[in-house]
Amino acid sequence: MRGAMRGEEIPVLPRGVRLHQDRVRGGWVLLAPERTVALDQVGHAILSEVDGKRSLSEITAALAEAYNAPQDQIMQDSAGFLAALRSKRFLEVVTEVTAEVAT
Amino acid sequence: MSDTRPPIAMLAELTHRCPLSCPYCSNPLELTRQDSELNTEAWAGIFRQAADLGVLQLHLSGGEPASRRDLEALVAAARDAGLYTNLITSGIGLSERRLRALDAAGLDHIQLSLQGTTPEMADEIGGYRGGYKRKMQVAQWIGEIGFPLTLNAVLHRRNLHQLPRALEMAVEMGARRIEVATVQFHGWALKNRDALMPTRVQAQEATRLVEAARARLKDVLVIDYVPADYHSDVPKRCMGGWGSTGLNVTPEGLVLPCHAAQTIPHLTFDSLRDRSLKEIWYEGAAFNAYRGTEWMRDPCKSCARKTVDFGGCRCQAMALTGDASATDPVCHHSPDHAALQSRAEAHAASEEAALVYRDAAGSAAPVPAE
Ligand code: SF4
Ligand code: SF4
Repeated sequence: MRGAMRGEEIPVLPRGVRLHQDRVRGGWVLLAPERTVALDQVGHAILSEVDGKRSLSEITAALAEAYNAPQDQIMQDSAGFLAALRSKRFLEVVTEVTAEVAT
Repeated sequence: MSDTRPPIAMLAELTHRCPLSCPYCSNPLELTRQDSELNTEAWAGIFRQAADLGVLQLHLSGGEPASRRDLEALVAAARDAGLYTNLITSGIGLSERRLRALDAAGLDHIQLSLQGTTPEMADEIGGYRGGYKRKMQVAQWIGEIGFPLTLNAVLHRRNLHQLPRALEMAVEMGARRIEVATVQFHGWALKNRDALMPTRVQAQEATRLVEAARARLKDVLVIDYVPADYHSDVPKRCMGGWGSTGLNVTPEGLVLPCHAAQTIPHLTFDSLRDRSLKEIWYEGAAFNAYRGTEWMRDPCKSCARKTVDFGGCRCQAMALTGDASATDPVCHHSPDHAALQSRAEAHAASEEAALVYRDAAGSAAPVPAE
């Protein structure tokens, strides 16, 4: 069982999981196999920055600047959300994928 | 109903044709023939209507959706409409070339059914020789192309002992998710209760295995579990409530609140040939029949769980009590609960009942002279 996502980890949305603007209800959702997750502002802000290249620290630092909010706060606010996505396999971490391929 | 919200999911039964003839098929006993099926443009229009109405997830199902030659075009139309597109298939009818075309068309996810974990079991249950081998080949192509995969294992008395192997296979295939679904007794399965009803011990063992696997495979494999509900004391939730989250479209364009709704004889269903999806969703008689909780009687009416499980399954209440607004007999508050439990025991104890396979009517196989 994994804990919270660490700052140096690089999150990536795996194939089959994507952001979608819900034009009927408003707002953004994450579409995944058999699941639709409604996103709040922080969730949407983070996931729209996830590109499989930048680490969680880099992403949250950029958001801290853009929204003029403390980075620690953003990390804290999003930890549970990111962990839940990860345990459902809606979010993965790049370094680990590489490790799996290597073994 | 003013507080009705838009649907999230639509299940499109593209065809009732299927090379397999599983004895628990959820298609109605009266199958739609190929010449009554909606064509490509009609479906494309329905997908656009669905997206406009608020549908986000589309499940392409059947029968076997790959029996439609225009499946690739249908997937492309669904993605154009902005829908998350999931293919529910046995794998039969898919070649590597077709899978690559589906990939190019934008298919988001595949749900592959599993009738058994050995060729003997799978081919006997599916009633199709060579089906298992072909499915394994298809699973390999799915992995190579990189489609996200859910394995859908349907379990019953004859194959429940294969559950541990089914879980291993899901991991080996690289599936992110498995549905462990004990047969629900609707449609053809009602004819096969003696042959397929799990024993109470099997049902308990399955629950134990699923719980252990969930702990062991956390972060690797997501396990969705549908328990054997005749042996349960708590009814399964009817979606998020009848007519609240999803709808079904039949091969000929009838819109149903759920796949089994046609087993409730007093309901009438609208066709997309006559009315829009929006009108049918908000105003259709069948959708409003069991929306919310107004239709309930006691014990459901005064029960705290009525907005949790919505009184259980309407179709099951109909099949087991003859009254679709009764409490689902699976519920321990139902006056019919004790009778159901002994019935379940009796079905489970009946030795060697032969399987009644789904008819091939409407299938690609030659139709025998009538
Ligand atoms: S009495 Fe009705 S609402 Fe209450 S738990 Fe049973 S089925 Fe659900
Ligand atoms: S009525 Fe029964 S079969 Fe239909 S959706 Fe509800 S629980 Fe499922």
